[in-house]
Amino acid sequence: MSKKIGKQTFRPEKPPVLISSAAVAGPFEGQGPLKDYYDHIYTDLLAGERTFESAEKEMLLNAAFTCLNKAGKAPQEVDLFLAGDLLNQTITSGFSALELAIPYFGLYGACSTSMEGLALATMLVDGGFADLVLAATSSHNTTAERQYRYPSEYGVHRKPTAQWTVTGAGAGLVAREGEGPRITHVTVGKVVDFGIKDVNNLGSAMAPAAALTLVQHFADTGHGPDYYDLILTGDLGKFGQSLTIKLATSRGGFDLTKNYRDCGLMIYDTQRQDVHAGGSGCGASAMVTYGYLYRKLLQGKLKRILVAATGALHSPTSFQQGQDIPAICHAVAIEA
Amino acid sequence: MPRDPKKKPLTVEQKRYTEMVRDLVPKPPYLRNALLAFLFGGLVAVVGQLVTDIYRLTMGLTAKEAGNPAVATMIFIGAILTGVGVFDKIARYAGMGLAVPVTGFANSVVSAALEFKREGLVYGVGSKMFILAGSVITFGVVTAFVIGLIYALFII
Repeated sequence: MSKKIGKQTFRPEKPPVLISSAAVAGPFEGQGPLKDYYDHIYTDLLAGERTFESAEKEMLLNAAFTCLNKAGKAPQEVDLFLAGDLLNQTITSGFSALELAIPYFGLYGACSTSMEGLALATMLVDGGFADLVLAATSSHNTTAERQYRYPSEYGVHRKPTAQWTVTGAGAGLVAREGEGPRITHVTVGKVVDFGIKDVNNLGSAMAPAAALTLVQHFADTGHGPDYYDLILTGDLGKFGQSLTIKLATSRGGFDLTKNYRDCGLMIYDTQRQDVHAGGSGCGASAMVTYGYLYRKLLQGKLKRILVAATGALHSPTSFQQGQDIPAICHAVAIEA
Repeated sequence: MPRDPKKKPLTVEQKRYTEMVRDLVPKPPYLRNALLAFLFGGLVAVVGQLVTDIYRLTMGLTAKEAGNPAVATMIFIGAILTGVGVFDKIARYAGMGLAVPVTGFANSVVSAALEFKREGLVYGVGSKMFILAGSVITFGVVTAFVIGLIYALFII
């Protein structure tokens, strides 16, 4: 029997277990409200490395090794490593995989990579192809800024809709057997284009992807928003969040006003930390999921969560050539 | 289907959504930005004038002659402020007030040079230094050429 239910959702026969997770944060993120939930907080953006790119790799590796250590597993015991990041040719993930020496698939889903990895890990484990899969992702403010925008010392006004790329990494270990929260559903998103071109307003470009994936998840599973203790989007920021709420109502009649939060807004104290519309980047949803949410699930404070990570699939080239910003969103349901 | 994405008309859905976004998203504070730019731009000009006067009075240069070392000094100040990491913090408020004068030009060059120094002198600093200022130089030269041509043909 197919494990697909409805149009875009996959239900594992025996829900795989998220046996361990880890999150590391950069110095600025380490001052935010979730600081007690990170396994390590770096005091320096360079993390003791020569370049920011190496620093990002160090963060991803740290998250990966910490995650393995917590589960008492060695890299040799892991069947597959799934990782992705924001840099050209996803060098952070590739170079990390070199050091981990685990068979590796590189992913790119922009900021949706966190849940893309977790979704694929779930499907590979439940499909019987692997017993133990490590999924990880990272982002770094400085490496992302130089690639997508300006040199860091360049002086410009930032628009109110601009977001701040999160520095940090997260990793999760998915196993066929074990103790911990289980991954019960995976909803794979379609790429959508709602006509937004402004790269300083990515939250608005990605909100339709989030809303459509969430609405499809509710339709496919028959679970309404009330079924979950908490529904999260990855990095929509404050404008993207309100657009998602509006679209979920207009597209599916679902009310997201009660139990829905955005990871990009949870990482920072937006009153005190100057991040404009909120945090963005692969790290946002990964750090919140693998740091904060995982611990809340273990403690029993949260029982059922739905994490919908969104990604903007443009590049500086596609933007300069006048293309719209396409977006995607993958949702993963986790139950303690 | 037209191939130029700029000419592709928005679908009804896209049109409705972009309008919804436009209504929700706040406009940048144009008036505040303009006033701050006016203030800081004016301040840069005052400093520039001061430097020009110092060169004029101490070195016995004419006002026109004093202009060149004064511009160089302003570029130098802009570069130093960028190097010590202060420029971008002031520019967050000053915006165009710092970008339009030569200080902005200095910032665009030095920030790019700093950013790409880890890629080495040739592939990094050397080739990426003008990544932002390149357009200014290109169109500056083109404009100067056109104006020069008009001047030569019609005015002299």
